[in-house]
Amino acid sequence: MKYAYYPGCSAHSTARDMHESALAVAGALGLDLIEPAGWTCCGATAAHQTDPVLAASLPTASLLKVRDMGLDMVVNCAACYNRMKVANHEVSTDPAMRKKVSDAVGRDYDGSVKVRHIVEVLLEDVGLDAIKNSIKQSLNGLQVACYYGCLLVRPHEVTNFDDPENPTSLDRLVTAMGGVSLDWPHKVECCGGGLSMSRTDIVVSLTDSIVGMAKAAGARCIAVSCPMCQINLDMRQQDIEKQTGTRHDIPVLYVTQLLGLCLGISPDRLGLKKLMVSPASVIEKIEVHANG
Amino acid sequence: MAITIKKSSKEVEGLIRRVEEISGVDLNLCYQCKKCTSGCPVAKMTESPPSEIMRRLLLGAGDELLGSDIIWACVSCETCSARCPMGIEVAAVMDALRILALEKKAEKQEGNVPLFNRAFLSTVRLFGRTYDIAMIAAYKLGTLKLMNDTEKFPTMLKKRKIALLPPTGADRKTARRIFKKTKQNKAGKE
Ligand code: SF4
Ligand code: SF4
Repeated sequence: MKYAYYPGCSAHSTARDMHESALAVAGALGLDLIEPAGWTCCGATAAHQTDPVLAASLPTASLLKVRDMGLDMVVNCAACYNRMKVANHEVSTDPAMRKKVSDAVGRDYDGSVKVRHIVEVLLEDVGLDAIKNSIKQSLNGLQVACYYGCLLVRPHEVTNFDDPENPTSLDRLVTAMGGVSLDWPHKVECCGGGLSMSRTDIVVSLTDSIVGMAKAAGARCIAVSCPMCQINLDMRQQDIEKQTGTRHDIPVLYVTQLLGLCLGISPDRLGLKKLMVSPASVIEKIEVHANG
Repeated sequence: MAITIKKSSKEVEGLIRRVEEISGVDLNLCYQCKKCTSGCPVAKMTESPPSEIMRRLLLGAGDELLGSDIIWACVSCETCSARCPMGIEVAAVMDALRILALEKKAEKQEGNVPLFNRAFLSTVRLFGRTYDIAMIAAYKLGTLKLMNDTEKFPTMLKKRKIALLPPTGADRKTARRIFKKTKQNKAGKE
């Protein structure tokens, strides 16, 4: 199965581990991810908050490159995924916007490239049965809080990802890996996303409530699928401790990192050293089972 | 709560109409159920939650509304839009208010969100992709809050969470074209 894989800018900075684990897992499951040459930044929250035409044009530049490849676009970063889908929606439903965008990009685009999140590909194209069959090491009952955040599920009429209030895609993957996915109320709460640097105060307060809730629900780790959620929930635990004295100490892993461990891929290849809160307890849980 | 509104007919007309124009939202649909506010993660931290902003706009608020703290506290999570029983895109109203606040240079711009956005976008314009070091430097120099988060930099560098070299391989030509054209487009409108 061949896909055009859009890594997104964070794949080469804060979320190298998201990128590395996606490639490793794809390789193990026989997915062929091809990076479109010359892809550009999706513009993220910054473009969205600045100018609607800029916000639709930046993703379009990369969508056009994928259209030329004749493949579906697979995205791992939830923020890029959201911007790509919004751009598709805008150019296909608003003729005036389509004209402005084609003028800015220099080529006309109809919004027809199919954009999919890697989790959708894992569930729909690979399938839970195949995943279960490929698994070498179980999560061994590890209690996982699956956290979706905003960008995968909202706006639902645009992203059309799972159920917007109670999504279960990550939960189904975790269960297939032998983990226990927890029922908890903060699955689709917001972590503060792109305001991590500009409004750190807000982000620390939001992440404290999310990580605290996961812990109260019994989580031993949080599974995410968005680089902004990952860095906020993981890195801000230091700030939470400094400001409130509460030490949560909950590792925050990409679902592709968890899956990679279960597929027997080494922690190094999955970028696990990049996490701020050590995932040692998670790795140990998996290995104890594998060796015993 | 009591809502005070300064009414000056010229501005009044302008603000609600411009917000509707930019956001495509019909503000008259709001019947103040406050569901947007209940789900808003930053409502507790701000003076005017989203439902109040909606009400004030409808009651004819003028430019002073652009100083509301929620405009730069809003995390664009879209929970308000997702849950509004009237299908109102409340988050799009927030986007519109940010655009108007920048356009009218409203004074209170908490937390330098616009500055961060500019720093972010300037690296995309130059390199076609974001370039952390340049972006962080531009933002930090601009805010003069140089020491915030700096204790994390050594760890982040060690863990290669911050890229030191500029990104290569992006189609910079198209990126620059997009920035140039959208800027011209905007300038033409004003
Ligand atoms: S949820 Fe919708 S109708 Fe209810 S107060 Fe908010 S904007 Fe108005
Ligand atoms: S988009 Fe903004 S206003 Fe709406 S719920 Fe989220 S933070 Fe609140």
